[in-house]
Amino acid sequence: MPEAAELPTRREEAWRYSAVDRLQGTALDDWRVIDIAAGETFRETLVIADGGGTKPTELHRWRVTVGESATCELFAVLASAEYARLEVEVTLRKGAHFELGGITVGGRDTVREFVTRTVHAEPEATSNQTVRSVHWGHGTGNFLGNIDVLRDAQMTDAAQDFKGLLLEKGASVNAVPQLEIFADDVKCAHGASVGQLDETARFYMAARGLSPDLARRLLVQAFLGDALVALDDEEKREALMKVALDKVDKYL
Amino acid sequence: MLKIDNLHAEIDGKTILNGLSLTVPAGEVHAIMGPNGAGKSTLAYVLGGRPGYKVTQGSVEFNGVDLLDLEPHERAAAGLFLGFQYPVEIPGVSNLQFLREALNSQRKARGEELLNGGEFLKLAKEKAALLKLDPDMLKRHVNVGFSGGEKKRAEMVQMGILDPRFAVLDETDSGLDIDALRVVGEGINAIMRAPNKAVLLITHYQRLLDVVKPDKVSILSQGRIVQTGGPDLALRLENEGYDAVMAHA
Repeated sequence: MPEAAELPTRREEAWRYSAVDRLQGTALDDWRVIDIAAGETFRETLVIADGGGTKPTELHRWRVTVGESATCELFAVLASAEYARLEVEVTLRKGAHFELGGITVGGRDTVREFVTRTVHAEPEATSNQTVRSVHWGHGTGNFLGNIDVLRDAQMTDAAQDFKGLLLEKGASVNAVPQLEIFADDVKCAHGASVGQLDETARFYMAARGLSPDLARRLLVQAFLGDALVALDDEEKREALMKVALDKVDKYL
Repeated sequence: MLKIDNLHAEIDGKTILNGLSLTVPAGEVHAIMGPNGAGKSTLAYVLGGRPGYKVTQGSVEFNGVDLLDLEPHERAAAGLFLGFQYPVEIPGVSNLQFLREALNSQRKARGEELLNGGEFLKLAKEKAALLKLDPDMLKRHVNVGFSGGEKKRAEMVQMGILDPRFAVLDETDSGLDIDALRVVGEGINAIMRAPNKAVLLITHYQRLLDVVKPDKVSILSQGRIVQTGGPDLALRLENEGYDAVMAHA
């Protein structure tokens, strides 16, 4: 277990918006190592939901190597814990693909975040990261995404997309895309936006008979849906969506 | 069916409706015409209960109920349909999901039985056919990527599915080509022409009124009804213009 002095501080870029004070007593060096062999497809989901032994601090650090022409798909919903963080360091070999679909939802003064470092180490690899955050109270959602395209990684195609939806004044989201590109024939796209529920859409829905709660649920569902588009297992997709929507419903 | 009495309403402190009174009995199609800025859309939004539109005086009675006392979704459940001049896009929500939730919300509020997926789909396809809207468009997100004309047709498909008792249609004819206008007009007739239903039809043009023949036509100007007549009033407006007709009032 690390000493207090070893804990990260918010001066460090990767911990800038984190609840670092909640890391006390957490094993920081407990990285989960995932090696995906060439040509294989690996899919993992992470759900941090109320109940089921969720700890006040949920720190998940994964180090992933995606072999040649292999695929890694991660889908995660961070909907509980005072501080929840999924940190992924992924290294992509030639022609590999990394997919991340992430959702954070939360209120009070909780912090839920995705921190990724995607290393395009070899040519022709692709990565696509979509994160959607819905927060209220003084809740915070973060997406810090580093993409490193190394010198040899020509024909890289990387994309990052973040959207935050704030249901109340006082909530916040932070999006920090960081691209370091050392190859010259690459495509790297990133986008981030923050907004609130569309009042015009809410009135339109009300005018058709939807209660404010149901209209909000549909709008939030539509908003979050983007993060799970790439998950082709409908049952899983619905289960993940339900965790997120139930959390929002519980508050509202 | 709808009785508006001395209605005053404002937006951001600016008075738009200024003592508007109008009664629309069941079985009637009542056209509202008027120059730009007269308050036509405001009237539609006030009836629909749009936030930001503040009623400062007057009353609106709908089938014996104080309409202004109801939330927007309760007004819909009570049988009021507001056809939007600019139908709203809702990315991520399909028409089918939206309308099934809407219809079942209304039915639930009225204590009626809910429609299951199959029953709803059949109804939706039937109404899409009535408005000559490609049924595949129902699977798409609400109004997203629809042309102006498709949005207005989709709006009428929504009306057909929800089957309201009273429709306030705000410039449903704007943005429609001649053929689409006829289809939409005939759709309004098919859905709303009944002894127990009524329509408030806000329009700028005679062309829609050739298809949906109104029983009465009123001119709205500066926030109040200044003249009411039969269908010939719309024809006179078309020929002579507002200034001339209102000067002879």
